[in-house]
Amino acid sequence: MPDQLLYAMEVTLNGLMAGVLYALVALGFVLIFKASGIFNYAQGVMALFAALTLVGIMDGQVPFAVLINAVFGTEIHNFGWEVPAILAIFLTLLVMCALAWCVQKFVMRHLVNQEPIILFMATIGLAYFLEGFGDLMWGADIKKLDVGLPQGLNDTIDQVTYGWFGYGFFIDNLDIFATVIAAILVIGLTIFSQYSKQGRALRAVADDHQAALSVGISLNYIWVLVWSIAGFVALVAGIMWGTKSGVQFSLSLIALKALPVLMLGGFTSIPGAIVGGLIIGVGEKLFEFLIGPMVGGATENWFAYVLALLFLVFRPQGLFGEKIIERV
Amino acid sequence: MRLRLASLALAGIMAAAPAMAELVVTSLSYRTGAYAANGIPVADGFADYLTLLNERDGGIGGVPIKMIECETGYNTEKGVECYEATKGEGALVYSPLSTGITYQLIPKASADGIPVHSMGYGRTSAANGKVFEWIFNYPATYWDGASIAIKHILDLNGGDIKGKKIALVYHNSAYGKEPIRTLEELAKKHGYELSLLPVDHPGQEQKSQWLQIRREKPDYVLMWGWGVMNQVAIQEAANIRFPMENFIGVWWSGSENDTLPAGAGADGYKALALANPGSDYPIYADLKKYVYDAGKAAGAGDQIGYVLYNRGMYQALLTTEAIRKAQEIHGTKDITPAMMRDGMEALNITQDRMGELGLPDFGPAFEVSCENHGGSGVAKIQQWDANAKTWNLITDWIAADRSVVDPLIEEDSMAYAKENNIQLRCN
Repeated sequence: MPDQLLYAMEVTLNGLMAGVLYALVALGFVLIFKASGIFNYAQGVMALFAALTLVGIMDGQVPFAVLINAVFGTEIHNFGWEVPAILAIFLTLLVMCALAWCVQKFVMRHLVNQEPIILFMATIGLAYFLEGFGDLMWGADIKKLDVGLPQGLNDTIDQVTYGWFGYGFFIDNLDIFATVIAAILVIGLTIFSQYSKQGRALRAVADDHQAALSVGISLNYIWVLVWSIAGFVALVAGIMWGTKSGVQFSLSLIALKALPVLMLGGFTSIPGAIVGGLIIGVGEKLFEFLIGPMVGGATENWFAYVLALLFLVFRPQGLFGEKIIERV
Repeated sequence: MRLRLASLALAGIMAAAPAMAELVVTSLSYRTGAYAANGIPVADGFADYLTLLNERDGGIGGVPIKMIECETGYNTEKGVECYEATKGEGALVYSPLSTGITYQLIPKASADGIPVHSMGYGRTSAANGKVFEWIFNYPATYWDGASIAIKHILDLNGGDIKGKKIALVYHNSAYGKEPIRTLEELAKKHGYELSLLPVDHPGQEQKSQWLQIRREKPDYVLMWGWGVMNQVAIQEAANIRFPMENFIGVWWSGSENDTLPAGAGADGYKALALANPGSDYPIYADLKKYVYDAGKAAGAGDQIGYVLYNRGMYQALLTTEAIRKAQEIHGTKDITPAMMRDGMEALNITQDRMGELGLPDFGPAFEVSCENHGGSGVAKIQQWDANAKTWNLITDWIAADRSVVDPLIEEDSMAYAKENNIQLRCN
């Protein structure tokens, strides 16, 4: 097999894996948009905040230590213990649920029936607040995140493909793990929304708020629930991306990677987020591989948006989005 | 009524009294945003050194230093806003801590007559003082850095790197593109094959670049990165099992922040060093006494002795030494930005002086002149020890190849002078 074809296959596989990581971020956007029609600008910062909280809990860091030390003249930074990853993930989940409750109680509840643009602006405010709050709570230094996920070259795939083609493919163990987690997440979310009482209520709210209210579904409860689930998805995305690069404030920028995925897959479809992620991942990696060298490289960021825009020309609602029909 | 009258009288006296002289130094820092983790230690080191001088010596020549810090978020527009907002405060010098901001400030500061010191960053050809009267980038420039990295590779290969493959992974910005021209010229001279791999901001996803490196198997990889790009690149290099001792970053890709997240995978990674890492210097005893223990430290104290903290401290040291020089030249304690420029141009850092300042052998000895605003153009190579979590210096100061770098500086600066109708000076 020609070398170029082998490389293209390797790039495609890695593109699929990268796409899964993009889809993980996009999922959080979809969940909130589907249930409440809000484009949550803060989703990337939620991933950052979740990862910061997870590392802080694991390392036994004292939250707000800088503030406490400044006010009381103390010198405390650490509790002196370490929390196992599983327990820390559970505790972080509780923090994300508390955050969801606060968002609903102090922000969204007061904006019911406002224009979508107002709700969008509120999430921009939330993003900046959460970024500053995370900084105050856990500090801005780069933190190593190690929850025991495997990372680096997968030797088995390398050896097997070498045996087949005479060229060993590089697949990152972390990407394989992320793919498995994403699959579990999508299956879990689908089962939850199709078969659980809360999931059906969530879908009812997504279809028609007023009709759902009229049959006794609590809008407040559903919104807290959906923000909590989005918080959980943000935590998963934060763990995957934080393991790659360390937990730092640029994590919030991973939202930029999710936007073309949403445009392509549609804002209201969970499978759309996954398929959109895969198409963007493969598309940008193959374009970089085939065309990048001719145009000086670094094409991935802009090509993802070009690809999404191309799809929009033919399907404005995205591949899996609901078609909007407005009668005049 | 009496109290009111007394207050008015006191206010009148205070208004009539001459304002107390202060040496105004600006710190364009970034403590927030995507690059905060790197901006904070630099800003802290800078602030702590100035605090030390104020607390221990009463400032410089008895005149207290007033530091004005302005948050740029590593954003060029905000950096320019900071400049415009603070220049009226009597700022003696600007250190933008960003190549993008430096590029924007070059024409502005030159027109306003305020010096800019871009220490080891910014526009390389600003080293030509004949063209760039107000801009300084000592002690070394990016082009020096590129040449020093290649010299190190030459040393490792017995002086012959003909046919070797060298890849440059760079931040796709003005900063990251700076070394390309020099590396291309050096490739012509030494016969190596250069490949360029740009990484878009912020650099969180670099799979394409590292798959390419894995395919093409370069002998050495150089990196001009910043922020998350560095951490991801080091992790990806470890993932593809690239030999880390053949991976060399510029001084902005060589801090503890860059290597710690990759854990053991970063072991052996190399980077250029503008100054030494670590806290084993007499000055730290003074910093502890007058700054840290006095509760006047700018940060939480967890970055002390780290590469970027030392970088900020070194920046402050070079700034204050130039102020001292300006005071000496002009025979006045209360200097202006123009006098500051004279001080910077006459700066002479000797090892004896570094010893007196409590930082023996910390940085290179160098002189600045009317013609040369770029300093000596030397750097050391440091290597990361993942077990000890420390940087170890593995070479002495390495000088850049002046026969390649100087003509490039001359060519670029002359083109700038022509474009902007600048009269050459230093005749």
